[in-house]
Order: sequence, then structure tokens, then C-alpha cells
Amino acid sequence: MAEQVKTQRVLVAKPGLDGHDRGAKVVARALRDAGMEVIYLGLHQTPEQIVQAAIDEDVDVIGLSILSGAHMTVFPKVIELLNQRGASDIKVMGGGIIPADDIAELERSGVTKLFTSEAPTSQIVEFVRSLVLAC
Amino acid sequence: MMEAERFEKEKSRWLEDTYASSPESDGPFITVSGEPVDPLYGPADVRDLDYESDLGFPGEFPYTRGTRGNMYRGRPWTMRQFSGFGTARETNRRFHFLLDRGQTGLSVAFDMPTIMGRDSDDPLSEGEVGRCGVAIDSVVDMQTLFDSIPLDRITTSMTTNAPASIMLAFYLVTGERQGVRFGDMGGTIQNDILKEYIAQKSWIFPPRPSMRITTDIMAFCSTEVPRWNTISISGYHIREAGSTAAQELAFTLADGMAYVQAGIDAGLDVDEFAPRLSFFFNAHMDIFEEIAKYRAARRIWARVMKERFGAKKEESLLLRFHTQTAGCSLTASQPENNIVRTAYEGLAAVLGGTQSLHTNSMDEVLALPTEKAVEIALRTQQIIAEESGVTNTIDPLGGSYFVEHLTDRMEEQALRYFEEIEAQGGVLEAIENSYFQRRIADAAYRYQLEIENGDRVIVGVNRYAHEDERLDIELLKIDPAVECEQVQAVGRLRVERSAAAVEEAMVELRRRAEGTENLMPAVLDCARTHMTVGEITSVMKDVFGEYEERSIF
Repeated sequence: MAEQVKTQRVLVAKPGLDGHDRGAKVVARALRDAGMEVIYLGLHQTPEQIVQAAIDEDVDVIGLSILSGAHMTVFPKVIELLNQRGASDIKVMGGGIIPADDIAELERSGVTKLFTSEAPTSQIVEFVRSLVLAC
Repeated sequence: MMEAERFEKEKSRWLEDTYASSPESDGPFITVSGEPVDPLYGPADVRDLDYESDLGFPGEFPYTRGTRGNMYRGRPWTMRQFSGFGTARETNRRFHFLLDRGQTGLSVAFDMPTIMGRDSDDPLSEGEVGRCGVAIDSVVDMQTLFDSIPLDRITTSMTTNAPASIMLAFYLVTGERQGVRFGDMGGTIQNDILKEYIAQKSWIFPPRPSMRITTDIMAFCSTEVPRWNTISISGYHIREAGSTAAQELAFTLADGMAYVQAGIDAGLDVDEFAPRLSFFFNAHMDIFEEIAKYRAARRIWARVMKERFGAKKEESLLLRFHTQTAGCSLTASQPENNIVRTAYEGLAAVLGGTQSLHTNSMDEVLALPTEKAVEIALRTQQIIAEESGVTNTIDPLGGSYFVEHLTDRMEEQALRYFEEIEAQGGVLEAIENSYFQRRIADAAYRYQLEIENGDRVIVGVNRYAHEDERLDIELLKIDPAVECEQVQAVGRLRVERSAAAVEEAMVELRRRAEGTENLMPAVLDCARTHMTVGEITSVMKDVFGEYEERSIF
């Protein structure tokens, strides 16, 4: 018998005021089907709620889906709150409608990885796996 | 009949002969919704079709072939590009730009705070002001938005749902201040709250009080603003959330029936409000499936209105609809390809007999559109209307074995979904049970898996992709200063208006909300005193409460 591998825990949430949850739900389901524990927080989550839930649920990764254009506000805030709470070991990734320039800037300032709407879910699953192995 | 039988027999012979020498590729031969498609259709596939009762003439029952007798030979569809960004001033400039280039109606995209009934200075609005639409806090912003646009001469569609009564009031007061009478203003508010719970998720209040607001609007407009379309019953967002074409059709019409029932239950005469109900559908990539959906929609609605709701007026039976091409079909890779996708989708909408059309801009998968991108999108419609020749005859695909068969199948599927919804206890109950949400999430996931396993080709994404693609088009950027400007403006507004007038309007709004009198006159008075969308919404939240969704995935 192989040694029990720690199950990865991922928090998926939709910050912002918009309701475009198709992507978040598809990704949540793909991660679950890949054997991960997924906590789906749902819509309209503030950075404070997201960070609190991530700490309470002891997750390895936070995945945020943003399509409203508020990504330059939301991602830095989540990173900042994680740092303040001493939880910077929790990785932050995300996706949505995010222009390439903004992706580059956010990835420089603490977001581990951002995917565009075309990323296959298999790629996202692989990425989360690699993240947790690296921890 | 004989023809159908002979065809069926001959078809099997033909299939055997054909595939003996030249087999098919692996396919799969399925529609965008995953429905199997036969290699050939013929008389056997339309054997139950009765021309008179199933198709009829355009402008005549059951309206399968079109709602107007003369269709596009009378006048083309309204070209209405959904637009809004930044401040009211900037969007007003975009409106003039579009009108100058031949657009024939306006369609307002509000930013997320406005859509959610929040002011620009609300803490939850941070980072969202003017981002994916225009920021409107009060009637003052609305007046700026329509500066030098005469509201008695242009019709406007507004994508507003939970706060629809407020945006309608802002618009009507804007007209009033231009000297236009309510009765001379025409337009549409989306005001389809049911699909918000189902798919678009921009709700504020719980379903039942929301339905009361809706029936108040219907009652008010039927006498005061008779040219106003009070609900645009929307399948667009249901489809964008991942549903199939048949689900889009069925869930939308089911919502429509729920509104009609709500109107009747509120004591209104069906023929008073039904003529002002309109619809809004998606145009996805599968041309024939989409055409079948629009044709089936008209036929089902006409029959339901006549037979189930006993509507007498002809206008009550007509399913008039707006179409938007599918945002979810656009790709961030090789975005120029989106021009082609949108052209086919727009063509499908026109072949399906749409009354108005928004064609997406190629860059909308990346940002709000630039002037250049939106001009190409508008030109796409103009080319369909004025160059392609498809408008010369009405319902040009009527009688196609394939399209008639698909239309029938679409209708059958819709009727089956109606039964499922009935079995849940109705639309509201099905929302509360997450029935719709589950169905849509399942379909969205299936579609995604089809793309990932290669059953579905997306050009430039999972086939013909560039190794290291570089974006070659300019994108519109929203200046972060917009938020600051808007926050300061709403602060000034609060100081400058009459506090006593606001107080009085607020008390009256609360009184009506707690009772049963129509809300609209009070909302109009709130607008006139320069109350903000957030303030008006807060009063309603106090009385009606707020909705919370059960999050499923």
C-alpha cells in the first residue's frame, strides 16, 4: 500500500459583485473530480470573507474567479490580508477576464498563477497538484 | 404520407450504398448542445408537420415564420449595441458615436454596483465603479447619460433587474426634464428577476417580493408608459451560464409563463400587460439549432398564451425578441476570429426573425470594446442587412426538412422541461430546489469536457492554436480616476439636495413597500428628489429582506 497522500484542500470563491459563476463552478467540479477537497464559497465574497474562510477551512490554495474587472483591487487585497493574518503559506490563484498586462503585474506581486478562460481544467488540476507537492 | 414512407425506405438504401464506398469520419456529429444530427433529412422527418397549424403565415398564428407580416421587408431589425463604461459623460459620447454610425436604438450596460443597487461610494463597490458598465448613482447621472438624445425619438433598452423600478424611474424623470411625456417614451427594462436566481445571479431581494415589484411595474406601465416593454424575459444569461439551447428555450418560456401568471394573480387582465412582454435570446455558434430555437419559441408562446392564458389580443400572442451573439463562444486567443463567429451568430438570429440585435465586439472577451471593435460589430449587422440578401424573403429556411425537424424537436424538448418544472412545483420552487442551477452546471461541465477531450473544436484554442501568441489589438482601459470622480460626485449630490424632500419621499416609499399600493409613483418621487439607487434600494431591503443563494457546483 502506498503511503496516504494528503488530500489537497482548495477554496473556490467569486469575489466582486457580478454573478458570472460558470467558470468557478466548472473548475470546482474538475478539482473535485480529480480527488481534491473543494470548498465552494459562492458569489459576492469580500476579500475578508475569503481569507477568513481559507484560514478556518485550513486550505492549501485559494482559487478566485473574477470577470467584473475588479481584479486589480481584489487580488492584492486578498494577498495583503493573508500576510496580515500570518497565512501567507496559502497560495492564491485565479482566473477570469484578465488582460495579459494585468496578469503579469499580479503574478509579480504575489498571485501564484492566473489562468485565462481558455485554460483546460486538466491544466488547472495539474497546477494545483504541483503547488501542493512543492509546499 | 407515401412520400415519407418511400423516403425512409430509400434513405436506408442510400445510406448503405454511400457508406459502403465512402465511410464517415469519426465526428461526432452533434449540435453545440450535444444533440445528434443525422446525415440527411427528408419528408419522413416532417411527416407530422401541418402547414396551416404548425407554420402558418408570417404575422399569423402560430407565428412560427415571424411576428410581422412584412418582417424585414417592412423595416430591418433594430441595431442596438449594448454599451456603457466609466462615467455617464463617457458613455454619452459612445452613444453619440454609435448613433452617428447608423445604430438605431440604445442599450445601456450599467456597472456592477448599479446593477446590484449600490452607490459608487458603497464599500462593496470598491474597484467596480464604471468597470463593466456605466456608473449611475442618481437621476443626475441619467440626465448626463442621455444628454442631447431626445427620449421621444430614440428607444432605449436597459439591462437592469433587481433595481429595475429605480432605473426606469430615473429614465422617466430624465425624459420628464427634457419635456417628454411618459406616454411618448419607448424602451425596455430587462426586469427579469427569475433568470437572475437561475443564471445571472444579480439579485437583491428574495423571489416573492421581487415578483411584487415586477407586477407593480407592469401595472404602472400598462396605463402610464404604454410603449414600454416591462420585462425582457431572458434566455441569454441562462445560455451563457452553460445551458443547452433547449434549456435556454424552455427555462425562458417557463419564466415567461410565471410572469403572466403573476400578473393575472395580481388582478391584471392578461391582454393589458402581455403585449408589453418581450424576450431576449442568445445566438450561439450552431446556426440551424439557433434558428430552430427562435421558431419554436414563437410557436410555443403563441399557443400557450392563447390556450392556457386565454389571451384575446393578437399582440399578446407575439413573442418578440432581442438577440445577442454568444459572449461565451468568443475566444481570448486570436480575438480577430471573433468577428467571424459573431457574423455567423448574427446571421442565425436574423434567419430566426429577431426584432433587434447586439453583435459582440471581438475584444469583449478581454475588456469592454474599443470604438474600432464596436464599429466592426455594428458593420457586421449592416452587412447582413444590406449586402447578404437574406432579408429579401421571410423565414427563408421555413420548409427545410432539417430546420423544421429541429424546430419540432426543440418544441418537444421544451414541453418535457415544462413538465419537469411543474413537477418541482413551479418556477419559484424549482429555483429554491436548485433545479435550474444544477441542470445548467451539468450542461456547462459537459460542454467543457467535450472541448477538453477534443469532441468539440474551438478554432485557435484546441486546434490551430499559435504557440506563442501575442495580442495584436488595442484594449480599452478604464481610468481608475473614474471611481474617485464618481464617489466625489455622489458625495456632493447628498449635500446639495433637499434633505426634507428626500425624507418625505423615503417615508412614502416605505409606506407603500409595507403595504400593497403600487411602488412606482413613490420610486419616481424618490428619483425626483435625487435619492440615489443605493438609498432607494436600502429602503426596499429593509422591508423586503435580501436573498441568499444555496451555493452548489
